[in-house]
Amino acid sequence: MSTEMKRRIFLKRSLTASAVGVAAGAGLLAPQQILAAWNKAAFEAKEVPNALNALLGSSTTEPSEAIKIKAPDIAENGAVVPITVETTLPEVESIAIIASENPVPLVANFNLGKNAEGFVSTRIKMGKTGDVIGVVKSGGKLFSASKGVKVTIGGCGG
Amino acid sequence: MAKSTIKIRASEKAGVTTVKALMTHPMETGGRKDAKTGEKIPAHFIEEVVCKHNDEIVLTANWSGGVSKNPYISFKFSGGAKGDTIELSWTDNQGASDSKTAQIK
Repeated sequence: MSTEMKRRIFLKRSLTASAVGVAAGAGLLAPQQILAAWNKAAFEAKEVPNALNALLGSSTTEPSEAIKIKAPDIAENGAVVPITVETTLPEVESIAIIASENPVPLVANFNLGKNAEGFVSTRIKMGKTGDVIGVVKSGGKLFSASKGVKVTIGGCGG
Repeated sequence: MAKSTIKIRASEKAGVTTVKALMTHPMETGGRKDAKTGEKIPAHFIEEVVCKHNDEIVLTANWSGGVSKNPYISFKFSGGAKGDTIELSWTDNQGASDSKTAQIK
């Protein structure tokens, strides 16, 4: 190979490398790109429809029997209420957990990677008796199910 | 080295890996008042949790202060094998973060 060709390949390679370096430095290639940035509007919304709109772009959800919410009927301690949302819906992109009577209804949103199953479990605070709503984004559409939970002692220290 | 705030347990059975993690964090909503001073305790809670399997993101979670103190999370995914690495990291609203790795058993 002529020196000229080698020079060109070398230059091309180093340009590509530096381009990648610049892009990575600029945060374009950083893993952050795949992550959903913390959605301030959704997590500060005081009403459920506003939170869903800000988070998922719509507050219209279709009730689905394929979503099961496991939560205690009566929560002795509103500060720690175990919640599990399980769904058999296909292509689950995200699962959101909402406590309808909390000052900030949107409690958590889970973005599922392609190998993740439609199952999330966590513990949430519930200010008072109300519904726990699970909103599942499956195949681009929103589905939901809810379960009422009675809270005997409020979870926000009140 | 600072004590880790994360405990992870990951186990695989029939192709499905179940991950359970417990994090130590006050998870203050910002609405609670200090009993003695009457002043509001500033919001201090985990905003984002990222979980990776062999360096590929499996799940991310965005939380509000409505998640309980010392948060617990559990989820499942397929394609994991015993010995693979699981990494879980969190970032809170005050800019602090922590991460931990564990092997799938």
